[in-house]
Amino acid sequence: MKDGVTTVAYLVAGVLFIRSLGGLSKQETAQRGSSYGAVGMGVAILITAAAWMSRGMEGWVTAILLVAALVIGGAIGASLARRVEMTGMPELVAILHSFVGLAAVLVGFASYLSPSAASFDHAGAERTVHLIEVGIGIAVGALTFTGSIVAWAKLKGTLSGKPLLLPARHMLNAGAASAVVVLCVPLVLAEGTGGLPFLLGIAFLACLLGVHLVMAIGGADMPVVVSLLNSYSGWAAAAAGFVLSNDLLIVTGALVGSSGAILSIIMCRAMNRSIVNVIFGGFGTADSKAGPVVPQEGEVQELSLDGVAELLSNAKRVIVVPGYGMAVARAQSAVFELTRVLRGRKTDVLFAIHPVAGRLPGHMNVLLAEAGVPYDLVHEMDEINRDFVKTDAVLVIGANDIVNPGALDDKTSAIYGMPVLEVWKATTVVVLKRGMAAGYAGVENPLFYLTNTRMLFGDAKKSIDGLVTALKAK
Amino acid sequence: MSGPVRVGIPKESAAGERRVAATPESVKKLIALGFAVTVEHDAGVASGIDDASYEAAGAAIGDEADVWTTADVVAKIRPPSHPEVRRLREASLLISLLQPERDEKLPELIAARKASAIALERIPRITRAQKMDVLSSMANLAGYRAVVEAAQVFQRTFGAQVTAAGTIPPARVLVIGAGVAGLAAVAAARALSAEVRAFDTRPATQEQIESLGASYLNVDVKEDADGGGGYAKEMSEAFLAAEIALFKAQAAEVDIIITTALIPGKPAPKLLPVEVFSAMKPGSVIVDLAAEQGGNCSACVPGEIVVNGGVTVIGLTDLPSRMASSASRLFATNVLHLLTELGGGAAFKIDRESDVVRPALVVHDGEVLPRPPPPKAGAPAPKPAKAESPSLAPPPSSKTSLRPPPSPDLKPAQQNIRSPTRRAWGTTVGGLLLILVLFVAGRFAPRDFLQHSTVFILACFVGWQVIWSVTPSLHTPLMSVTNAISGIIIIIGGMLQVGAGLDIASVLGALAALFAAINIAGGFLVTERMLRMFRRGRE
Repeated sequence: MKDGVTTVAYLVAGVLFIRSLGGLSKQETAQRGSSYGAVGMGVAILITAAAWMSRGMEGWVTAILLVAALVIGGAIGASLARRVEMTGMPELVAILHSFVGLAAVLVGFASYLSPSAASFDHAGAERTVHLIEVGIGIAVGALTFTGSIVAWAKLKGTLSGKPLLLPARHMLNAGAASAVVVLCVPLVLAEGTGGLPFLLGIAFLACLLGVHLVMAIGGADMPVVVSLLNSYSGWAAAAAGFVLSNDLLIVTGALVGSSGAILSIIMCRAMNRSIVNVIFGGFGTADSKAGPVVPQEGEVQELSLDGVAELLSNAKRVIVVPGYGMAVARAQSAVFELTRVLRGRKTDVLFAIHPVAGRLPGHMNVLLAEAGVPYDLVHEMDEINRDFVKTDAVLVIGANDIVNPGALDDKTSAIYGMPVLEVWKATTVVVLKRGMAAGYAGVENPLFYLTNTRMLFGDAKKSIDGLVTALKAK
Repeated sequence: MSGPVRVGIPKESAAGERRVAATPESVKKLIALGFAVTVEHDAGVASGIDDASYEAAGAAIGDEADVWTTADVVAKIRPPSHPEVRRLREASLLISLLQPERDEKLPELIAARKASAIALERIPRITRAQKMDVLSSMANLAGYRAVVEAAQVFQRTFGAQVTAAGTIPPARVLVIGAGVAGLAAVAAARALSAEVRAFDTRPATQEQIESLGASYLNVDVKEDADGGGGYAKEMSEAFLAAEIALFKAQAAEVDIIITTALIPGKPAPKLLPVEVFSAMKPGSVIVDLAAEQGGNCSACVPGEIVVNGGVTVIGLTDLPSRMASSASRLFATNVLHLLTELGGGAAFKIDRESDVVRPALVVHDGEVLPRPPPPKAGAPAPKPAKAESPSLAPPPSSKTSLRPPPSPDLKPAQQNIRSPTRRAWGTTVGGLLLILVLFVAGRFAPRDFLQHSTVFILACFVGWQVIWSVTPSLHTPLMSVTNAISGIIIIIGGMLQVGAGLDIASVLGALAALFAAINIAGGFLVTERMLRMFRRGRE
């Protein structure tokens, strides 16, 4: 196999990946984008396999091993993808990130230990650079690996969503990070594969760092963390590319890395916080808490199921604001049924999505799409905020912080400055909620006490099913 | 005082007054607050409430004397007559509309009884007191009723009618003054499908007017009329002249004018002098909600419906009373909230320090109090929001909140995490440092590394440019695809590591390939699944 052919194939695959990400920017071309990606992968795998075979066919055992690995891995992945509930998407994405991280660590070690690997061929500066690449690759991979596992456990609820805040945690982080850097020195100096203990040390420290970083992040910041880990998995891949001198790996890693980084930035902007603040600050920690909790004046006003049904049946225009609570109650299909009934009654129904609603960027859109809600009814915060004035009723389903008016006018609020859906401008706001608990940010929500807000307590799915029945009876 | 605090609800004595200051629901809640309640025989009949309903709610029924002589608190609607005041018990409290500026003897008479009196119309228009604000709740009904009264005498349909027998154009309605009553009138007229325009001197009302589907009118003279407390202040001569000119032009066009212009403590401004309303077409209707203060229209006769040059001028002053059932219900709830504010039955106390009670307290324990200075300017105006559009307003609940919605013109107070200048500096310094590092690397690092770095940095920029355009609804599919993609590249890594022999590197490489394969298959398939759902959603 000629080197040139491989390079061209990699180029084709790289272009296909870029087209793939570009295609995903619009609903109309998303399908094509996904296909481009798959084709690009196919090209890359085939050409790599061809290159591998052209090195000689003597290693049958390893060939079987490799094929077995691909088949088993593919089967596991396929069954995961088929079985996953859309409400469980954040967990799936997080655990997939951890696989990327783990694979990057394994590639790093394999590259270090491989007898055929470049580490022996290189000399001087080249060897140094290579070893540093291996170290960085393993560190980023290990960080992604454990961080994603912790994120997965938090999303699943196995670990509490509350941030774990060790004393002097910034020092711990800084210490671990500098120890990783310091360990690179003996790694480079060691002869042959003698640096293995240091490499293991780097991996171990990075693992701890990953656990600790994500443990300290609260539930509401999970969308940022997931996209940040997405970014890390890309950088891990890029690092692996440097280790293996493979341009395709570098290109793709860089693409994925910047994609994740942009998503993180979008999420952070949606919360009006800097990324540093998300990673190191955390809500409710000593350094971000502002002022004492102001007791809310006023009382919440409850409205019965029939009252809400009456309200909806008289409304000309209804906006639904879904939040994580809708996902938890698995109420998306009931919401769609409600939409259908209301639209059948010539009521305008729109959906308003806050960028950080849910636990994954775009989580709400996926859930609504799963239920069958046409996507042209689903609007982003910026486009729909001006429509609330013209709206008769807003249904807030399991959302809290993203509709908190305190974010706009209460300087002492922990979420002050975060852009929110301005639901209170509508004639009446109905908040479906299980109880009076605060949102993930732990901030009181003055919305519940407004004169035009009514609360409908109970399980979101049951409440909406009840509304559908009541409306059909009308 | 022995026994529970007794609230007395007399039958209204004023001619034509049909409202009553308590309903069975409010009685029930008053009793829950620890009050005892006596309702005068037949007090609610005109509002459609019989004695039995009050009794069922726990009230005692008594005659007039019982109510006035046994009650510790008398709650009524209209100012009491002098004979009524003379029957007030010593140390009791009277809650009603008092209008002492119309009947200056009233406070002294009450003081002579060693009693106290709260004038409901003086409850300050601050947000906390909104739930006790009878003026707002009555104005809301009056605005609604104004449209109904106009419809009664107006000989055409409000909405456009397209029939086989021809087409009827919609009625054109002009509402002057977009306070609580004005907005309620706009909403009601819109609900009847009329074409509505509304005028207000306060530019802040534009959004409220437009949100109800009416068009906003103002004159082109720069002057903000916000007089505080939800009222407009008096305007300059030039402004008034421009206003009259506008109304004259409008009068020729519209079929119905509803005026609601009031300036606190002054006679109603004459916005519709003869030359304006005579410009109206015969058959047109004017409803003057300011009739009680003399009327905005010069032809208005308070309390009467007159026809002047073909234009019907409705000067009725009892509009809320014409919807006695709804009005009583709202009034009773306002009174209930006031009694709650006063501590309920258990801790009943007239707190002279309270910022709600003090401005309204005209007489306290036999002492006529001077009127405190008005609240400082800029007190939040009551929010006469769309919540009052009659068709949609949720039933008033006794558990009303104290907090009005934030004003609609609230700007998101986006705080900048970093100031733009600092950010620019940061970017510049960072960029320079990066370039420096690259030059150092270029001097010492191997060629191979530099080549890879070039590819890497270019790819980062490409990724950066491509991803920004992704629509937020596709963020999840984007993540799963990038996931899959990052998986495949590691497969390559794994495969490249799997050498010929079964050594540790090969095993590790194969393991890496295994995990990466999970990613690829999982990532792509789940993306496909999601995109299929989005597609189905479109169909």
